[in-house]
Amino acid sequence: MIVVEPRATLSRPLAALAPVLAGIAAMLLAAIPIAFAGANPIAAYGYMVSGAFGSMFAFSETLTRTTPLILTGLAAAVAFRARLWNIGGEGQLYAGALAAVAIGTGAIDAPSWVMIPLVLLAGAVAGALFFLGPAVLKLKFGADEVVTTLLLNFVMLLFVQMMLEGPLKDPMSLGWPQSAAITDAAALPALIPRMRVHAGLVVGLVAVLAVWLMMKRTVWGMEIRAVGENAPAARYAGIPVTATVLRVALLSGALAGLAGVGEVAGLKGYLTSDLSPGFGYSGIVVAMLAGLSPLGVVAAALFIASVFVGADSMSRGLGVASYIADLVVALSLLSVLVGGFFTRFRLRLARRTPAGAEG
Amino acid sequence: MTEAPVVLRLDGITRRFGALVANDGIDLDLRRGEIVALLGENGAGKTTLMNILFGHYVADEGVVSVAGADGVLAPLPPGSPHAALAAGIGMVHQHFTLAENLTGLENIMLGTEPILRLRKRAGAARRKVEALMGGSGLTVDLDVQVSRLTVGERQRVEILKALYRDARILVLDEPTAVLTPGESEGLFATVRALAAGGLSVIFISHKLGEVLAASDRIVVLRGGRKVGEMATAEADRRRIAEMMVGREVPASRRTPRERGRVLLSLERVTVAGDHRRSLHDATLEIAEGEIVGIAGVSGNGQAALAALMAGLVRPASGAMRLHGAPVARHDPRAFARLGIARIPEDRHHDGVVGAMTVAENVALEDIREPRFQRAGFLRFGAIRARAAQAIRDYDVRCQGPDIPARLLSGGNIQKLILARGLDREPRLILANQPTRGLDIGAQTEVHRRLLDARARGTGVLLISEDLDELMALSDRIVVISAGRLSAALPAEGLDRGRLGMMMAGHDEERAA
Repeated sequence: MIVVEPRATLSRPLAALAPVLAGIAAMLLAAIPIAFAGANPIAAYGYMVSGAFGSMFAFSETLTRTTPLILTGLAAAVAFRARLWNIGGEGQLYAGALAAVAIGTGAIDAPSWVMIPLVLLAGAVAGALFFLGPAVLKLKFGADEVVTTLLLNFVMLLFVQMMLEGPLKDPMSLGWPQSAAITDAAALPALIPRMRVHAGLVVGLVAVLAVWLMMKRTVWGMEIRAVGENAPAARYAGIPVTATVLRVALLSGALAGLAGVGEVAGLKGYLTSDLSPGFGYSGIVVAMLAGLSPLGVVAAALFIASVFVGADSMSRGLGVASYIADLVVALSLLSVLVGGFFTRFRLRLARRTPAGAEG
Repeated sequence: MTEAPVVLRLDGITRRFGALVANDGIDLDLRRGEIVALLGENGAGKTTLMNILFGHYVADEGVVSVAGADGVLAPLPPGSPHAALAAGIGMVHQHFTLAENLTGLENIMLGTEPILRLRKRAGAARRKVEALMGGSGLTVDLDVQVSRLTVGERQRVEILKALYRDARILVLDEPTAVLTPGESEGLFATVRALAAGGLSVIFISHKLGEVLAASDRIVVLRGGRKVGEMATAEADRRRIAEMMVGREVPASRRTPRERGRVLLSLERVTVAGDHRRSLHDATLEIAEGEIVGIAGVSGNGQAALAALMAGLVRPASGAMRLHGAPVARHDPRAFARLGIARIPEDRHHDGVVGAMTVAENVALEDIREPRFQRAGFLRFGAIRARAAQAIRDYDVRCQGPDIPARLLSGGNIQKLILARGLDREPRLILANQPTRGLDIGAQTEVHRRLLDARARGTGVLLISEDLDELMALSDRIVVISAGRLSAALPAEGLDRGRLGMMMAGHDEERAA
């Protein structure tokens, strides 16, 4: 008979290794449908690796994909740490993009060193405010933030579409529902000439370091952890739970808003209603793969971005549908959850016979 | 008296959870019509053993045998509650397992009949239950929804439920935890009557007094092993306590002391809430250097009083004064700053953040003070030093300040909370069930700390369900019943019977 029992101590190497093993397991599992689709899994993964990392251009594409995922992943991770289930990263991303466009398409004329911080700030504030509502509703009335943030995603997307058909529509767009272009002064510069990877990546990495430092070393971080791990005890000990939750909500929304700024001001140059292929939702997967650790978010975002970018190349090379990428991502999330279980529990073969005692 | 036949035999039961041996080769015989008290501190392995008996756990080693109808012992298939039920083992858990929206009768029948046929077979079932009630003195109105029954009545429904299934062996897990002294005596009388009728009873407890009153034989567990077994008639309190703890137990006792100035006063304070969490018109004074005990059956407003004292709720009406000045801010941090140390009732739920380290937990209340942070950045050195000192001074057994608090035992978590609250020399201590679930050693330690604080002139509000503890520590005792506080009675020479009557309230039994 197999007995499940909790591990007495958490093994740190095991906890760190678990996501890596989960990623490998997901790859192995995904090989099955790839083989069914008529391709050689090894060749398929070869295409994926070279598509994601095989050239400077490929790597730049992967990093471009990584950039918003770092920020939305961090947004989810920081909120989840406080048990604030922010599913609204997508909406907050669009709120940030909208603010960037409102400010950065000519409304203000200033040099780059003013415009870039201003655009980033505007996006962060917009994202933060867009998450403030659900957080206040949760604190005041116990409204489930999973529901409110999720539904607000659709509200925001419709609002963006409305704005793109109306006030924000670019008169030069020949009827396409898209905004005017971000001015050169407000655009995030490219990091490598003639490549698409842009300064949004730096914003993301700085945010990761800042959040990591905050969680580890500051009173705020400690309060967030306390509230997330045991809110009643935190309250009993005098931690201002409401203020902490609001702080986390603002931070999480701001990070997701920054992701929107990066996409619009660093990559696309103008806002459309298909700016994000679900970066807000993928951010949740990134956060879970990262075990909610800020530094882990970078690795998880890179992994997911490379799977998506690589899958495109695999699809072109072998004629396998690029939906395989979604499959790999989903399988790795499942594998991480299972892996998380095994870091906390172990299986033991138990004998029922009353034989001599062992160990 | 000739030896009655054995109806249950546990033979070398061993159960391990990882490195922990919860049961280590336990043997136990239960005879027909016998009441055996299973006594032990928390973590001694009582509940594990009973869960194995009932099939919730499977023993790693050992066999449970139950006498069949023919009186022959046969091994019970492990891991099957169904088999245990079929063999005539009934269990009344500490936390009742009744459906609140059904009547007593429906609850008793539940699980023996398909749920849709409950009403069809009600006639036959009612006759059987009424016969059982007549034979045992377990009376309860069968047609009232369980949600409207008192705790004592619910327990009777639980016992009837077991008897209805023809239980020949009845296990009662901490049956008196929720009862008034009067109700407990009623329960013991019932159990005696049932045993005289041939029922065999195992009752689990960590309260010495009731074990001596209610059992034929006592089995003591400690650290998963059976360390003693004796006829109750030959047992004495001191020896059993020593067996449970494994060493001598000093008694906690306050020394008389002059009552100081009034520290805290409540004047006609009302705390709103549903009826289990409300307080009406409470008037109370706590002076320097005195321990005021709050006696009462759980769920009579203690939670509201404790929440008020912890700063978690504000009064709906009435005045709360500290040193004569009205309390302005009702929030936990402000209370901590005012010098009120708070020991929460549920130390795991409200006391510590299990995933955080011992050091972080010790500093949690004061984390914003300049000694622990500079410009918002934590001063880890100071935090760890404080924790190391707390570990030393309060003898917290742990592997150091950096391990997660959840790895500590209940007693050590309580020491951690004491260290956090008492180290800042509080003027007032709220101690809500400070020794519940602790072993005797840790209990003594908590008592000593509270008495030391009292000797330094600190006022203590002690909320407890343990009358012995209240009588030993309190200068004055206030009874709480249905959200109302009685006048304070001097603890010296207080009659337990009178206390019990007050705890039961006037006609709480019928009104509830």
